[in-house]
Amino acid sequence: MELLDIIKPENQVFCKTKLMTDTALSYCPGCGHGTAHNLAMEVIDEMGISEDTIGVAPVGCSVLAYDFMNIDITQAAHGRAPAVATAITRIWPEKYVFTYQGDGDLAAIGTAETIHACNRGENIVIIFVNNGIYGMTGGQMAPTTLEGMKSSTSPYGREIETMGSPLKMTELIANLPGVQYATRQAVHTHKHARKAKKALKKAFENTRNKKGLSFVEIVSNCNSGWKMTPLESNIWMEENMFPYFPLGDIKVNGKLK
Amino acid sequence: MAKVKGAIVVDTETCKGCEVCIPVCPEDVIRMTTEVNRKGYHYAYMENPEACTGCTNCGIVCPDRAISVYRVKVTA
Repeated sequence: MELLDIIKPENQVFCKTKLMTDTALSYCPGCGHGTAHNLAMEVIDEMGISEDTIGVAPVGCSVLAYDFMNIDITQAAHGRAPAVATAITRIWPEKYVFTYQGDGDLAAIGTAETIHACNRGENIVIIFVNNGIYGMTGGQMAPTTLEGMKSSTSPYGREIETMGSPLKMTELIANLPGVQYATRQAVHTHKHARKAKKALKKAFENTRNKKGLSFVEIVSNCNSGWKMTPLESNIWMEENMFPYFPLGDIKVNGKLK
Repeated sequence: MAKVKGAIVVDTETCKGCEVCIPVCPEDVIRMTTEVNRKGYHYAYMENPEACTGCTNCGIVCPDRAISVYRVKVTA
């Protein structure tokens, strides 16, 4: 069979979702942000809720999410995305509201907003992309930077004595009664990406059923910030990030696992 | 038994040559070109198109969704 006999519109089984615009993603090659964006949009597309979904973009690498996601989306001040999402969901309770935040946004400057939105159990989805570094501003140390990990502001590696331990946000918020679903996923291989997609789907279904807050952490690479090639950074992530940030569901249907 | 044949089409201008699609391909189909696109990135292509089964693994890990996947069932 010739290739041209296979490449026909009726045989297409996978292509970019129409909920992503044609704008070229501003992310570095191999960055997990692109996969996370696409998975979220694919879930919204498959659930048929694109007209009723409102996103909140953060500050950080994904600040331009409003250029890439072809849905209604706004952008919040640094770390305040859960507060903005709270307002939107209270004004429009029938809408699907989600925030998309990085670790510098959610776990550092926005810790208070995140924890209180989780504690109130707002009916929103929080997508938290954790790459252990401030990617956009030049690879500074973030609250989630691992022990001993070098960054531009911890050139000798993070010291627990002076800089504290890496913050496990998902475990932290899972203990709050308002949180319905807390999970940690990754997107660097097909298996992880498919699992992450299922987790995102479950999160948006919780919003549909008015169950409360769903928190999906995605452990991602930052190959530029970590000074590695994309493939090296994925291997480094498996070897170093996953032992400290173990993947899997932490809270399902309001019950800790 | 029905056999499955697949093919991928790479948007050569969108591909950033990150190579994430190469290790996830179970049939070892994908390689990077030596020439570069307008942005200066090497881009993915099918080195071994006969082996492709259209499993969509490459598509789902592609951060830029530069890969479209096609699949047909072939009888006999």
